[in-house]
Amino acid sequence: MAWRGIPRWVVGFAVPVLLLGIWQGASGAGLVSAAILPSPLLVINTLVTMAQSGEMAEAIGATSYRMALGFVLGAGAATVLGGLCGASAIVRALLDPLIQALRSVPSLAWVPLFILWLGIFEASKITLVAVGVFFPVYLNLVSGIANVDRKLLEVGRVHGFSPLRRLLRIQLPAALPAYVVGLRGGLGLGWMFVAAAELLGATDGLGFILDDGEQTGRPERVLAALLLFGICGKLTDWALASGGRRLVAWQDIAKA
Amino acid sequence: MPYPLRIEGLEKSFAGQPVLGPIDLDLEAGAITAIIGRSGSGKTTLLRCLGGLEQPSGGTITIGDGKVTPKDIGYVFQEPRLMPWLSVSKNVGFGLAALPKPARKTAIAEALDVVGLAGADALLPKQLSGGMAQRVALARALAPHPKLILLDEPFSALDPFTREQMQDHLLHLHAHYGATMVLITHDMDEALSLAHRVIVLDGPPGRIIGDFKPELPHPADRTSVPFFNWKRRLTDLFSHRQREPENAGSV
Repeated sequence: MAWRGIPRWVVGFAVPVLLLGIWQGASGAGLVSAAILPSPLLVINTLVTMAQSGEMAEAIGATSYRMALGFVLGAGAATVLGGLCGASAIVRALLDPLIQALRSVPSLAWVPLFILWLGIFEASKITLVAVGVFFPVYLNLVSGIANVDRKLLEVGRVHGFSPLRRLLRIQLPAALPAYVVGLRGGLGLGWMFVAAAELLGATDGLGFILDDGEQTGRPERVLAALLLFGICGKLTDWALASGGRRLVAWQDIAKA
Repeated sequence: MPYPLRIEGLEKSFAGQPVLGPIDLDLEAGAITAIIGRSGSGKTTLLRCLGGLEQPSGGTITIGDGKVTPKDIGYVFQEPRLMPWLSVSKNVGFGLAALPKPARKTAIAEALDVVGLAGADALLPKQLSGGMAQRVALARALAPHPKLILLDEPFSALDPFTREQMQDHLLHLHAHYGATMVLITHDMDEALSLAHRVIVLDGPPGRIIGDFKPELPHPADRTSVPFFNWKRRLTDLFSHRQREPENAGSV
C-alpha cells in the first residue's frame, strides 16, 4: 500500500486536516457567514481564551466529574446484575425481562422523573449518565456469559466446580472481551448523556458552554465545546481500549 | 491406589432413542483399557457417563469404593480445552485451587515435567502447537493425582508423528502416576499398542461385541506378527459385524 511505513495515527489525521483546510479556505474567502460557521482560527482563539481564563479546565472538570461518577455507578450496577443474570438462570428469569422492558424506555425520557426525584442539580445528571452507561455494559456482559463455550464449561464440571466457582473461573474471564466492548459502548453513551443532562440545565460544564454559545449567538463557543467533548470522549475511549486490549491480550485473533 | 471400575446395566438414551447399552463391565485397577468402535458406537457417551458429564438413563457405575470426588477422576477431552486466558502453569493448576500454594506449585511442576513441558509454564495457549496444547491438557488431568483417568480420543486431532510421540508419553505417564486409565479411540494401532485390555463397542445402541487382553509388550512393536494378528482379529470382527449385524454380543 502507498502509505506503508507511515504511522497509522498520522494517516488518521489526514482527512481531518484536509477538512480543516477546506473549512478555513471557505471562511477566509467569505463563502460561509461567520455567524453560522466561524473559521477554525476563531475557534482556536476561543479555546485559547477559555484555557487562559480557567473556564476550560473548570468546564472539563465539572463534566468529567459527572461522567466519571455516572460511569462508575452505571457500569458497577451493570456488572453486578449482568454477572448474576449470566450466572443464574433463576436470577435471569426474575430480573432480565424487567431490565429489557426498562431498556425500551428512551433514556432521555427518564429526565423529568429524575429531576422530580433528585432535583435539578448533580444527582439527576449523574443518574442519567449511569442509566446511559448501564444498558450496553449489562447486555454485553449477559450475552458474553451466555455464549461461553460449552466445552470450557465441561472442564469446570469435570473438576466439580460450584456455580460460583464456575462464574469466577470460567464464565467471567471468558466474557471479558464482550464486557470490554460493553464498557466502551457505555462510555460513548455516557458522554452523550452527560451532554444532554448539561444542556437541559446546568451552570457549568461543557454542555453549559454549548447552551451558552447558542443562547448568546456565539457559534465559536459551541464549536469549541464540541471539540472539547470530542477530545475528552476520544481520550477516555483510547484509555479504555488500551486497558481492555491488555486484559484480553490472550485472545488468539487477527491484528487489524 | 488406582481405582477399579464396575459398570452394571448401563444405558443411555437421548430423546427416547437408545444410544448405549446395556453395558456390563469390570475394569481392573491400574490397567489401561482401550474402548474402540466406529463413530456412533457410543464410546464417547460411555466415557461421558463415567466422567459425570451425562446422566445414565439406567444402570450403575461404581468407581473405586464409591466415595469418589471430582479430584479422583481426570478427564482428557478430544480437544485440549485450555482456558485461553490462563498461562500453561495456571491451566495445569486449574483443578488444584484447594491445595496450599507450595503443594500446588509442586504438583504443577511435576505434571509439566512428566509431559515434557517444564520450560513452557509461562506460555499462553495461543502460543502452543496442537501437540503441546494436548500435553498441557494431559498435565491438567494428571496434576491432582487422580486414581482414574478418562481419555476421549485425546490424540485423534494430531498428526501421525505427534500422535505416536503422545502415545509414548501416555505410557510414561501411566508408569509415573499408576492410575487406572480408560482410553476411547477409533485407532486399532493405538488401542493395541497402549492398552492391557481392548473392549470393542458397536451400535447404536452401543454394546460390547468384543473383550480382549492382547498381552502385547508396551509399547507394542507395530511391525511384529502378534500385533498384526491382533489387528487382523479386530478388523475381522468389524467386517463380520457388517455382514451379520444381527449377531450383536456374540463374540
